[in-house]
Amino acid sequence: MTTAVCPACSTSSLAVSQAEDAQANVFLSLPEIHCAGCIGKVERALNGLDGVRNARVNLSLKRVAIATDLPVATLVETLEKAGYEAHPLDSKLLDTGADPQGRALLFRLGLSGFAMMNVMLLSVSVWSGAEAVTRDMFHLISAAIALPVVLIAGQPFFHNAWSALKVRTLNMDVPISLAILLAAGMSLFETLNGGEHAYFDAALSLTFFLLIGRYLDHRSRSAARSAASELSALEVRTATRMRGEATEIVDVTDLAIGDEVLIPTGVRVPADGELLSGQARTDRSFLTGESDAVHLQRGEAVQAGEVNLGQPFRIRATAVGEDTTLRRVAALVETAEGARNRYTALADRAARVYAPTVHLLALAAFVAWLAATGDVRHAINIAIAVLIITCPCALGLAVPAVSTAAIGKLYDLGFLVKSGTALERLAEVDTVVFDKTGTLTLPGFDLTVSDLDPDQRAVARALAQSSSHPASRALTEALSGVAPATVTDIEEVSGHGVVGRWNGKTVRLGHGTWLGASFRGLGLGIGDAATEIVQSEKLRPGAPEAIGELKAMGYDVILMSGDRTAAVEEVAARLSIPDLHAGVSAEEKHAILGRLAEAGHKVAMVGDGLNDAASLAAAHASIAPSSALDATRNAADIVVLRETFADIPKTFRTARAATHLSRQNFGIATVYNMIAVPVALAGFATPLIAALSMSSSSITVLLNALRVRWVK
Amino acid sequence: MNVLVFLIPVSLILGGIGAAAFIWTLKTDQYDDPAGDAARILLDEDGPDAGPIEDSKEN
Repeated sequence: MTTAVCPACSTSSLAVSQAEDAQANVFLSLPEIHCAGCIGKVERALNGLDGVRNARVNLSLKRVAIATDLPVATLVETLEKAGYEAHPLDSKLLDTGADPQGRALLFRLGLSGFAMMNVMLLSVSVWSGAEAVTRDMFHLISAAIALPVVLIAGQPFFHNAWSALKVRTLNMDVPISLAILLAAGMSLFETLNGGEHAYFDAALSLTFFLLIGRYLDHRSRSAARSAASELSALEVRTATRMRGEATEIVDVTDLAIGDEVLIPTGVRVPADGELLSGQARTDRSFLTGESDAVHLQRGEAVQAGEVNLGQPFRIRATAVGEDTTLRRVAALVETAEGARNRYTALADRAARVYAPTVHLLALAAFVAWLAATGDVRHAINIAIAVLIITCPCALGLAVPAVSTAAIGKLYDLGFLVKSGTALERLAEVDTVVFDKTGTLTLPGFDLTVSDLDPDQRAVARALAQSSSHPASRALTEALSGVAPATVTDIEEVSGHGVVGRWNGKTVRLGHGTWLGASFRGLGLGIGDAATEIVQSEKLRPGAPEAIGELKAMGYDVILMSGDRTAAVEEVAARLSIPDLHAGVSAEEKHAILGRLAEAGHKVAMVGDGLNDAASLAAAHASIAPSSALDATRNAADIVVLRETFADIPKTFRTARAATHLSRQNFGIATVYNMIAVPVALAGFATPLIAALSMSSSSITVLLNALRVRWVK
Repeated sequence: MNVLVFLIPVSLILGGIGAAAFIWTLKTDQYDDPAGDAARILLDEDGPDAGPIEDSKEN
């Protein structure tokens, strides 16, 4: 055991923290942390536990790495007590290592930045009037710095341009690479021949600004990728296998056909199988959308993905891994063509027009000047100046800067945006379709307890807290502020409810029919009198506000569910959604979306079940809660990490603002080009003008992009 | 103009030091959690509250 020399050393020393990170064996996702106070509280809470060797929060990834031997459940519970939602992540699926590609880009960015600053300083001397030998010397030093840096830092562009040229297409990187290489090559030639104009600073600032765009793009894409791997890692893939009477925890991938598997309460079934226990109650809503539990008898089939709502039960596995119904359906969804594949991003549309135009313009300048003056060197110089001036610095930054800022902002609000084009597509949407079960409603009930008098509440509380039935637990929660009455002889009557004695009377909590009342739902009986406790589905927090706001913003809101008409109508009425489709299957959902698209609507789909996955992929844009199955989350563009839906309208507003700002950025870049290009064509472009127009347009575009953060 | 003989190497060396420092920050993982590192300077690590963190920092 070694102790750090001083308290501060142990936390500030990078070597120590790296060594500790390497030992971290448990990773928890903390979607709600956002500040220094959160870091402090989380680390204090975890490090205060016996058995936690080290806990370190990564605020950028909203994740904590813990080195511990404690069970994950203890850690999650500790954090929940401290006030933070925590989800365990599967460390095997998690990409915990550093990101080598991002680091290489950052290295190139830094290198070209430093080189650009130095060469720019040398260029200032040239612009301020250095002449003859002095100028040549400055040019030579610039060349010595610029050439190796351009060759190293420009590689991402050369690579992409080369792979595009190999298949005989043009992309944005072809004009970029041409401009960088020609600018450097022509400047070298001019320097060696004692020429007046050298564009080393332009070649470097081009590389630098474009690398900023590349790096931002990479950051948001790798964030999405790590987020996607984090989401798959959210499902800890273990199963409890029976070895005779003993249990062992095994990886789901190690399960074999014929294995006996125990499914504890509240856990997803890991494999298809047949029920070995007498009976079971499961939630199959991910397949059907039905909110009611399914009752199964011994021997009946259980499918992977169902959630055990009742007592623990055992199954014998009949299909495991990729052969389960769940995986087969999920695989179908994953191969289905999604809307995102048909969509062309704004930047790509711009590049298609842009790349040929620039080349033609440069060629025209060359031909015209050659014809007019007969001076090949001068004509080449002007053509290259046109290429440099029109080089898409600002264009390369316009979209990545905006989408990075927007995605970062939404991430802080608890939304994972999986692609930059998701925001563009979301901005075009005019109709929002919600699924019901698991999306607008959550497992559990809202119970109306306001009809009960104080005595009834106290008795109900006493009876409810002694039972573990879901309805009882919901009732205990609803009555959490009520002191329980003294009820004696409490007994649970299986299939009916709870019975006890209070003030000499028999008190019962259970089905209306069992209480001898006229209603069928949950009721409380004191003596012979029975009162109904009205049960309704539990709405997701923030859902009513979100739907109200979306309607106010002018979106058509539609509710679509596989559940019974009555249940769907009830929820639609509570959320005041006029338009609803009940009892629809996965295919019908898909067809309804198709009809909406044919009618010219652009639809955003919000859903969580496997029956929604195909619709999510087919919709113009899609959103899924983080509680959804991973196939569904994979199909969605945006994943809501927090439980509440209250901020959903904000994603729509941010998406609209981001697209608007991207277009505005294109506009700004075009204006700069419209001023600079005629100057270049006329042969007046000097390296100074190139440097000015390039830097100012790039900086304007970057600053404009940051405005997306101000969207309320 | 002879002063350039000193000034140019000096400016190049200064630039080189900057670039080397940048590469050092890159090599030592200082860009892995920019948001967290920015927030951590606000944490009072020596305060009485932080006691348990330090106590458990034993390997």
